[in-house]
Amino acid sequence: MRKSIKNLLSLILVIIVALSGCSGQAGNPEQKSEKEQIVGTEKQSILINGSTSVQPLAEELAAAYKEINPNAIIDIQSGGSGVGIKSAMDGVVDIGMSSRELKTDEKTLKEFKIATDGIAVILNSQNPVNDLTLEQLRQIYAGEITNWKEVGGNDAAIIVVTREEGSGTRGAFTELTGLELVLSSAITQGSTGAVMTTITSDANSIGYASYGSVKDNANLKLISIDGAACNEENIYAGNYKISRPFLMVTKEEPTGLAKDFIDFILSDKGQQIVEENNYLKTNK
Amino acid sequence: MIFREKIVEKILLFCAGIAVLGVAIIGIFIFREGWPVISNTGIIGFVLGKDWAPTQGIYGIFPMILGSMYVTLGALMIGVPIGIGCAVYLAEIASQRLSTIIKPGIELLAGIPSVIYGLYGMTVIVPIIRDLFNNQGFSVLAGSIVLGIMILPTIINISKDSIEAVPKEYKEGSLALGSSHWQAIIKVVLPAARSGIISSIILGMGRAIGETMAVIMITGNSTLIPESILSPVRTLTGNIGIEMGYASGEHQKALFATGIVLFVFIMVLNLLAKLIPNKVGE
Repeated sequence: MRKSIKNLLSLILVIIVALSGCSGQAGNPEQKSEKEQIVGTEKQSILINGSTSVQPLAEELAAAYKEINPNAIIDIQSGGSGVGIKSAMDGVVDIGMSSRELKTDEKTLKEFKIATDGIAVILNSQNPVNDLTLEQLRQIYAGEITNWKEVGGNDAAIIVVTREEGSGTRGAFTELTGLELVLSSAITQGSTGAVMTTITSDANSIGYASYGSVKDNANLKLISIDGAACNEENIYAGNYKISRPFLMVTKEEPTGLAKDFIDFILSDKGQQIVEENNYLKTNK
Repeated sequence: MIFREKIVEKILLFCAGIAVLGVAIIGIFIFREGWPVISNTGIIGFVLGKDWAPTQGIYGIFPMILGSMYVTLGALMIGVPIGIGCAVYLAEIASQRLSTIIKPGIELLAGIPSVIYGLYGMTVIVPIIRDLFNNQGFSVLAGSIVLGIMILPTIINISKDSIEAVPKEYKEGSLALGSSHWQAIIKVVLPAARSGIISSIILGMGRAIGETMAVIMITGNSTLIPESILSPVRTLTGNIGIEMGYASGEHQKALFATGIVLFVFIMVLNLLAKLIPNKVGE
């Protein structure tokens, strides 16, 4: 009995050693790509850094681009819009990503608007409320307004529905409404679909989702914010407040692979991917 | 011949090793990933912290620990009486014909994927609670009802086996002394089978604590400390399941740290199950 336990333990030890050996040998991918860039004459690589919101879309676009240009190496990192803009200004990266408009002192950069991210505030179609101000919306999500009658609706408690921490939609929503903390009693759903199901089945609920994913849903009501209806026109024009641009920025006029990649993003094929990810195209 | 035996033995040992290794590697991995967050926040701060705002670096999982406990207790309150009742009926009372109908039903119940339970809860139970109590519907109660149904097969099967394992003489002796069938079940058979019944409850508890998908869909996942059985609630598994998709860096490590707490919970439960004597009547 004791011998077999010893056997078992030694076996485990051997496997652990073997496994850790394997992981130790897996080299640093960054070094590898640098090496390839120098060695392979046809291979090109670019480094992109910036907004965590733009990153998933950029990854999708890069994957599609690689089908056309298999030699391209596109390294996408996400350090936030600020880091992306600063890195582009310093020339540390080939392209920076930003999910906010550039400030005046950042306007020296060349900017390319690759998509627009609009967030619709959705209510149940039975709810009589059609319009909220940005401030009312913020107060609802902060728990300062708790009854629909305070904003011109029925006398019923507001059921606040939100997305989970880490979700890009939640990040954009809290940032654009200026929310510090979402009230902790809010119903939290892990997907746009679950949010929509909750709103359609509960007459007193309020939620939010990407405009692209809810615009055609007849069971939901997309309300106006500060009097601006939630439609493509107002989102493009910037009248609808809960929207933001996705930008790619470069220090100089882009050349080589960086130019080719940005051209691809702005092409019909690239913009189709933008739409598939529920963002709004830039070339109408 | 002996040589071949030895080889087979080694192969079987290898299989056993893989199973143990699986637990060991997962355990080490969870602890390695999650421990930094717990040690930075402090064990007490992490376990008893009331606020969860991972994108702002605030990690307190007390609401989730309470959430898991409430939902599990609720599930037991619903599942245990029904489960034991069903087990007694199947083992002691049901005719052959009836049990050939009931047994496959229970097996099917065990085979339904948890996401289907979740869907059912979200589209049927949650709206019923919403209409009855005029609230959001997603609640401890909804979670308890669905989990209570989900743990039924575990409780029924193990309890039934242990009731059937009680020697016939016990019951016959009780009946010979003039007790009714019901008195024999309550006073003799059930006490004799109690170790198996308790194991079934503990295993059911393990199932309830570990359930993720169905719970995410029906409890509302709010991070506040539940005030009543009608409050929305987030469980430990729900916390990991709902936030893992987009979590990165420290946030992701905090979810592994949630996993550590869950790991400890399950280990304690399994230890409890081990402590219960296996023999009938002890």
